[in-house]
Amino acid sequence: MITARVWREKKPRYLNQIGRCKGCGRLFFPPRRVCDGCRGREIETRAMSETGRVLTYTIIRVAPPAFAQEVPYAVAVLEMDDGARMLTQVTDVAPEDIRTGMRVRLEFRKIRQHGRTGVIAYGHKAVPE
Amino acid sequence: MRDVAVVGIGVMRFGELWETPLRDLCVNASLQAVEDAGVDRVDSIVVGSMACGLFTEQEHVAALAADYLGLGPVPATRVEAACASGGAALRAGFAEVASGLSDVVLVLGVEKMTDVSGDATTAGLATAAEQEYETFYGATFPGMSAMIARAYMERYHAAPEHLAAVAVKNHAHGALNPLAQFQNTITVDDVLQSVLVADPLHMLDCSPVSDGAAAVVLCSAETARRARKRPIRITGVGFATDTISLYRRPDLTRMAAVERAAKAAYAMARRAPGDIQVAEVHDGFTIMEICSIEELGFVPRGQGKDAAPSGLTALGGRIPVNPGGGLKARGHPVGATGVAQACEIVTQLRGEAGKRQVPGARIGLTQNMGGSAGSASVHIFEA
Repeated sequence: MITARVWREKKPRYLNQIGRCKGCGRLFFPPRRVCDGCRGREIETRAMSETGRVLTYTIIRVAPPAFAQEVPYAVAVLEMDDGARMLTQVTDVAPEDIRTGMRVRLEFRKIRQHGRTGVIAYGHKAVPE
Repeated sequence: MRDVAVVGIGVMRFGELWETPLRDLCVNASLQAVEDAGVDRVDSIVVGSMACGLFTEQEHVAALAADYLGLGPVPATRVEAACASGGAALRAGFAEVASGLSDVVLVLGVEKMTDVSGDATTAGLATAAEQEYETFYGATFPGMSAMIARAYMERYHAAPEHLAAVAVKNHAHGALNPLAQFQNTITVDDVLQSVLVADPLHMLDCSPVSDGAAAVVLCSAETARRARKRPIRITGVGFATDTISLYRRPDLTRMAAVERAAKAAYAMARRAPGDIQVAEVHDGFTIMEICSIEELGFVPRGQGKDAAPSGLTALGGRIPVNPGGGLKARGHPVGATGVAQACEIVTQLRGEAGKRQVPGARIGLTQNMGGSAGSASVHIFEA
């Protein structure tokens, strides 16, 4: 694992940068070159809404090494208030108290350390609003 | 396009095959298929393998297979579509024969997963998801299916018992298959009392980690006339993709790639879901079989949950699904699965399936998917 793999994703992960297709309005996290709705290539970038709700979730009880110390932890698909979607952890709440439809807010957190190099990667986790 | 037939099959019992190296997995299944076919030559080899590099540190597996089979210098290439690698290889082999590029093609699916730790296997399987925006945040491969399961259960009022019934059925079928990794029956309580892996999925909702290989020999209809056994034609082929990321799917209970692949295969074969008499469906997790039989058109949307509990998809039911035990009981060496499914359907259509035979089956279907249905493959077979 080289640090480049982490820093080249900084804009979407740190700034919650999303793409929006100027042709059909579809939103993407992370931003992309080509719209998968209309194949348009005029994509503008903007910041994702910081609040949204849980669409579905799970409680991970068997985790890969990078997350093994954290089990059990919750991972959810979120729909933000602007309609953008992302997947992240839901934290600062007991996993068994999470519900579909629960309102959440994004907070900047440490996400993980990468392998033997120990490179620390940050991003956003969801907490109850 | 030329007509294409399966004339030989080779499948071994899957399991934790510590004594068998990757090259022998390739050779054992392939030799069995070539001998079953009775062909005296192979023009090309297509290998399906998801992650032999991650699991065994051996890439270039197609050349490895050709070499150890003594078939060099025939062309040999590998196809990858995560857990649908076997189905993708079958499609590539079909295309070679149908186009006339090759006349006899060996399609091999293989995976050796137990040479690395359980952690490494789990991490390897998770590479089927988006690495930088799903796995990055701590999502696991079972976790993705668990989120589909929760969305499905809340939408259609399904209970954990509905999911468990799929595993119970497939173990009951596997108990009749001498080539299944697990030949024991289980109960709904066994599933619900097994450890939670990712809520609401228990360990017994998940297919196992396995080593194994499966192979088929494909050839043109003309060459098939010289085969030892009755040729089984491949009349429909479909493959489709969807967003690799689960979180971008408009409907989290849908596996749209499966529906698209099925529609293409049905159209090509001029068949409808009601024509299918036996099916091998991708039950990597119990929820996958439930969603897939809806996408394949076997049951209306929202009713997939009732199929296993009611016996509809059991042997003796209207549409037996996974008579070979499915991924759950036969085992799931990922790249081998799509080809092993084809071997089971050919066995059924030949009438050679013994205790698990679907009586009089003439038309069968296989469905194989990669990741959380980011890829899907469907084939239709006719005797």
